[in-house]
Amino acid sequence: MKKLMLGNEAIARGVYESGATVAVAYPGTPSTEITEFIAKYDEIYAEWAPNEKVALEVAIGSCFAGARSVATMKHVGLNVAADPLFTAAYTGVNAGLVIFVADDPGMHSSQNEQDTRLIARAASVPVLEPADSMECKEYVKMGMTLSEQYDTPVIIRLTTRVSHSQGIVETNEKEAAVLKDYQKDIQKYVMTPANARVRHRVVEERMNRLESDMTKLGLYTIEESKSNIGIITSGVCYQYVKESGIDANIFKLNMVNPLPLEAIKAFAEKVDCLYIVEELEPFIEEQVRAAGIKAKGKELFGRQGEITVRQIKTVLGMDVPEVTAGENLPIRPPVLCPGCPHRSVYTVLKKLKLMVMGDIGCYTLGSLPPHLAMDACVCMGASVSMTHGVEKARGRAFSKNVVGIIGDSTFMHSGITGLIDVVYNKGMSTIIIADNSTTGMTGHQHHPGTGKTLKGEETYAVDLEALCKAIGVPNVITVDAYDMKAVEKALKEETAKDEPSVIITKAPCKLLIKEKWDVYQINEENCSSCGLCLNLGCPAIQKYEASASINEALCAGCGLCESVCKKGAISKGGN
Amino acid sequence: MTKNILIVGVGGQGTLLTGRIIGNYAMSKGFDVKMSEVHGMAQRGGSVVMQVRYGKKVYSPLVELGEADIIFAFEKLEALRYMPFLKKDGVIISNTQQIDPMPVVMGMAKYPEAILEKISSACSQTCFIDALSIAKEIGNVKVVNMIMIGAYAAYIGDSLEEWEVIVEKTVPLHTVAMNKEALKKGYYAYLNK
Repeated sequence: MKKLMLGNEAIARGVYESGATVAVAYPGTPSTEITEFIAKYDEIYAEWAPNEKVALEVAIGSCFAGARSVATMKHVGLNVAADPLFTAAYTGVNAGLVIFVADDPGMHSSQNEQDTRLIARAASVPVLEPADSMECKEYVKMGMTLSEQYDTPVIIRLTTRVSHSQGIVETNEKEAAVLKDYQKDIQKYVMTPANARVRHRVVEERMNRLESDMTKLGLYTIEESKSNIGIITSGVCYQYVKESGIDANIFKLNMVNPLPLEAIKAFAEKVDCLYIVEELEPFIEEQVRAAGIKAKGKELFGRQGEITVRQIKTVLGMDVPEVTAGENLPIRPPVLCPGCPHRSVYTVLKKLKLMVMGDIGCYTLGSLPPHLAMDACVCMGASVSMTHGVEKARGRAFSKNVVGIIGDSTFMHSGITGLIDVVYNKGMSTIIIADNSTTGMTGHQHHPGTGKTLKGEETYAVDLEALCKAIGVPNVITVDAYDMKAVEKALKEETAKDEPSVIITKAPCKLLIKEKWDVYQINEENCSSCGLCLNLGCPAIQKYEASASINEALCAGCGLCESVCKKGAISKGGN
Repeated sequence: MTKNILIVGVGGQGTLLTGRIIGNYAMSKGFDVKMSEVHGMAQRGGSVVMQVRYGKKVYSPLVELGEADIIFAFEKLEALRYMPFLKKDGVIISNTQQIDPMPVVMGMAKYPEAILEKISSACSQTCFIDALSIAKEIGNVKVVNMIMIGAYAAYIGDSLEEWEVIVEKTVPLHTVAMNKEALKKGYYAYLNK
């Protein structure tokens, strides 16, 4: 059957067809949908783990136990999972283990644009790189086979344009899921120094063997032409090269780690000018050059952002359509949604002029106008630990005006350990857990605090209050996120205490609410155009001439505007 | 020849669904199709673009500057923003709706004036549809995207019936009648321009 599929959906289909039975992930754009699509297959056990390290470890355990397994994460998630990854390369697998890692060149929805290929090389883990949805599906199966044949975890590296592009996929029947026998093998699976020394030799030998087998395995393809130009490329960049219509010899790498350097040498000898078209780091280029092959790459294409067909055409001296520069238009940055329960919290943080250590999630948008209520955002969980760091650097008097803010899902991911550090090391930080009962930015995934599993089954919901108290936080209070007075009171009281505090600002993400609500209206006669409601930064409130007005199509009925209006001009209308 | 379509709008307006409908339709006609979507942070009320390409064989999922055959805009400022992507003889079909970006709401920037005139002077083939007013007539502002899809169907010269079948397959059962009405109104809004 032929179907248009997102790269991520095709990966999920590949997982199904490969007979894998365990899939674990933590959500992260652009990788999230892989696991959501996997969850639709009844044959596969799939779960959200609290973070990527746990996800990979679960998958390692299940592959040791004999089930073909997959773990999924975004590029920065692989940093969290780096610890198990590096040593899983030593232990190898029993049944196949494939790890999907989605990079985000151009940072559409990420805090950096690191290149997974470099980590994979450091860990000596093979990397396959599909170029479209059809390849996504096929490479999962190829990855499983390679994983078992070469006794290694295999990474499938995706980028945003592969993950979030749709292409036509021809589906196949599923391979039978066979649970492999488990046999105790201490030398292979227990990585004490004595065993690991032996296994490190295995890793090196395995990567060398894989490199020499690449031709036989069809892990690259060569498209020949009479041109004297040669291009080495992989992934979506291959599509860009093809789209440019350039007449060239094309060396398409299906596997990018290890590289088939002998075959590349032979290819390079046949051309006069060799280009390497790859996004982000000069991963292929540096190895090719180190092998004594002349090639052009990053000096033409750069390390940052995405490569375009236009850029390739320009570099290769081809015609591109003339483009008149666009007018300088007001930008349209992402904003907190109408009705978002984070809006009230940021309005208070702005009012109190607190220094705010932020974190990763929808609430990072509090750093944008009009709130500008964030001072730092680095990585998942860092808000808590950074808040502690600020206090240790500048002392208690300063830290009374500092808070950390972290979402519920991010707190589960890696905020807990930071909070333990605060308590253990006698910190006095105040941490806000902005609990909207979901993983919002990635599109509403469950987590250990929501009471539902990935498959939608009821489960135990971690009690945030009880958890914080158990860690040893003496002051844990929960307030209604929309109640600005309560939020303000809590912040003033808790930051004044010489003890650690957690304020849970609780209200579910507005997008989760299915019931109809009453929208609000502005009575123009009473409106004095003071701008207080506009300062909330709600996309539903716009200024027209003398008065502000509420876009009823966007209004989510939270009533925050009514609570800030001093003229009583805003009131509930109908639905 | 590959057809390049940019569907632009504001996060939450239904560009994603529209792109998928158009893409699936092209596939049903036997074309190779590639589409590129925006997920994650930009979806939260930001400027979003959905790219659809179809033809005999399509490689890249992205539409390049100066290569779009159609810019299909759900908001007029977004239509203007993506103008540099339009081909010389390309077409713009745009909703005339105005949604102020946050810098405008905050008074830090001005919503540009005379957008439709600017578009018309730069592009010879335009069609502007007041989809929001039509949607209000129908009684649900959320059908703006279906009105725009109706306009698209009329633009590519298909019969309304053919698209009604697609709509029936795509939208939730209880919204079929409303969406079909929106499709029809959009279809005739285009034809009557």
